[in-house]
Amino acid sequence: MNQPRLGKQLISLALVAPLLLFLIVFFALPLVTMIKSAVSDPVAARTLPATARSVSSWDRTSPPTVEMQAAFVADLRQISDDQLFGDLVRRLNSAKSGFRTLMPKTRKAALDTAGSIDLVALDKRWGDISYWQAVSVAASSRITDRNLLAAVDLQRDASGAIASLPADASANKAIMLRTFVMALTVTGACILIGFPFAMIAASVDGWKRQLLLGAVLLPLWTSLLVRTAAWFILLQDRGLINSVLMQSGVTSSPIPLIFNRAGVIIAMTHVLLPFMVLPIFSVLIGIPKNLMPAAASLGAHPVRAFLNVLLPLGLRGVVSGSLLVFMSALGYYITPALIGGAKDQMISSVIAYYATGAANWGMAGALGLVLLAATMILYAIYLRLSSERETSP
Amino acid sequence: MKILNATLIVCALATIGTATAEARDLTVVSWGGNYQDAQRKIYFEPFAKQAGKPVLDESWDGGYGVLQAKVKAGVPNWDAVQVEAEELALGCADGIYEKVDWDKLGGKSKFLPAAVSDCGVGAIVWSTGISYDGDKLKQAPASWADFWDTKKIPGKRGLRKGAKYALEFALMADGVAADEVYSVLATPEGVDRAFKKLDELKSNIVWWEAGAQPLQLLSSGEVVMTTAYNGRISGLNRSEGKHFGFVFPGSIYAIDSWVVLKDSPNKDTAMDFIAYASKADNQSKLPEYIAYGLPNIEAGKLVPAKFQTELPTSPDNLKGAISLDVDFWTDNSEALTQRFNAWLAQ
Repeated sequence: MNQPRLGKQLISLALVAPLLLFLIVFFALPLVTMIKSAVSDPVAARTLPATARSVSSWDRTSPPTVEMQAAFVADLRQISDDQLFGDLVRRLNSAKSGFRTLMPKTRKAALDTAGSIDLVALDKRWGDISYWQAVSVAASSRITDRNLLAAVDLQRDASGAIASLPADASANKAIMLRTFVMALTVTGACILIGFPFAMIAASVDGWKRQLLLGAVLLPLWTSLLVRTAAWFILLQDRGLINSVLMQSGVTSSPIPLIFNRAGVIIAMTHVLLPFMVLPIFSVLIGIPKNLMPAAASLGAHPVRAFLNVLLPLGLRGVVSGSLLVFMSALGYYITPALIGGAKDQMISSVIAYYATGAANWGMAGALGLVLLAATMILYAIYLRLSSERETSP
Repeated sequence: MKILNATLIVCALATIGTATAEARDLTVVSWGGNYQDAQRKIYFEPFAKQAGKPVLDESWDGGYGVLQAKVKAGVPNWDAVQVEAEELALGCADGIYEKVDWDKLGGKSKFLPAAVSDCGVGAIVWSTGISYDGDKLKQAPASWADFWDTKKIPGKRGLRKGAKYALEFALMADGVAADEVYSVLATPEGVDRAFKKLDELKSNIVWWEAGAQPLQLLSSGEVVMTTAYNGRISGLNRSEGKHFGFVFPGSIYAIDSWVVLKDSPNKDTAMDFIAYASKADNQSKLPEYIAYGLPNIEAGKLVPAKFQTELPTSPDNLKGAISLDVDFWTDNSEALTQRFNAWLAQ
């Protein structure tokens, strides 16, 4: 009795195994790696073990001791892997600008001469206590909250208390907020255009419906980059839209449509519209066609019939469409980069800078983590609200 | 069953992986646009013919993290890459490039001293400066002060998005002499001063990232002036009959280099390619399409006189121009970029 059941379970497990593996390899593992890279900071502790021991008794305010300097030079002599040394330099330079040129110089001197070295004589920056503070902070712990704090414009000051970064040094919070506002705006615009469109598409049939759905699906099959580039051509000052407006005498000078928020919202709405129309359409198509005439026969005004009958029934489609659009919009990168101005860049552009420009994967991971956390909170609120609506009469 | 499935998938992935790693053709990466078109014509295609092997070319817009990630991933999918000076310095220190075989290139003495390093061979000497459409602007800009003066020349300006170049140009517009720019920028007050100057122009700036973008912005009239790479300007003038101008005084020149990524499966072929692209008679063909200076000393002499005057390395064009301070930017790039991004967002 048990044997065939176990066999069946094994077969079903085998059937989902590819999916499971896919999820683990391409979703769970990268997520864990990202979280780990945001908080782990082992490079200095690993490469500077002697320094780490000798700075543990240092108060971080008095001048660096002779033992610390000797330990530091000894550690530098031990590092044989250039790429590892590069990671160390990048870590230190990210905390304090200047290490990038200081470290190779010091390492070269440490390798060229045996015995003790006067670091301050080698480079006067070693006389500056803030460099030693950076070394000490980096070497004494293998995990850090530095990246996560910096992702929300905070830092630890010399005494270790959490303080906000100077206003002109970082704007991650503002950019994060902007990302959510833009994603919400795009979602709103998609609902405003998508719902009537889906209603029309659901109310006609035959070739008309095919045409309307084709108009939604065709852009979906075109590359995002191509569609963005097409909007660039349409929206620019001497582009199609502005030249038509100017020739028809509506305006005398071109309306600024590109390198500003309006252009980004227009292009993103167009790109994401199918994700709103299709769920709403699939819900509306299942609503019996005789409900609206029935409401009318009971004397309801068309607007009232829409508000009381069609809208509540179609809301499920609107909600799932909104979720799809909102979540996709949060991660937009190429459209704001090409169509937007400096004030329309979303958080992904900052993440991209840290990942591809600065090779600071810790910061990129931390920003991604903050975005993920904020999105999860919003999603939890949505779940809470939608479940309340279902239970309340 | 599950284990069997998993093993099968892993095996399949592994075979695909190794198969592509072995079969992949030499992949050369440069900066796109009409510059790469020229390189394709004079370097990539003739080299492919000579070697009897196809050469793939891709383009990128810089970013040290891109290269580092590729090397750290194990077997990089790029072989020879043209990099900017800081990427060369950073990567050489980090050991993500193969060492250059200078014997293949005929020795270090054949090249400009600034174009020689352990990890890279100079590919071009290029300038970033003001460019404008001579057909549309009656009064040509002559300095960064003109670039900042929106009353004298109204309209939008294009700048490369990033702290590098923008801060230097802002200081020059604020009256700092070209040769003092980096000593002023090294002080916190100097940085504040540069950002303050950028504030003045902020609402009139269109930011670009890829080298082909400023040409498009100028052609469409989206901006009246923009910073651009000098070679692309003369290239476009020749290929499309435009009259774009480039202002050499106050421009910043730098050297781009060819590097081979560490553990590239095609590293020998990549080095052969770099040697081919660095040969005097091959390199001297470049200025006909794109007016960049040539690191091979012999190649510089072979360039016809009519093209010489357009090169950033010609004595007239070097007057008032400065060299990019690579050390300054390797140290300060991250902190200043962070501040620059914060400034942009305000």
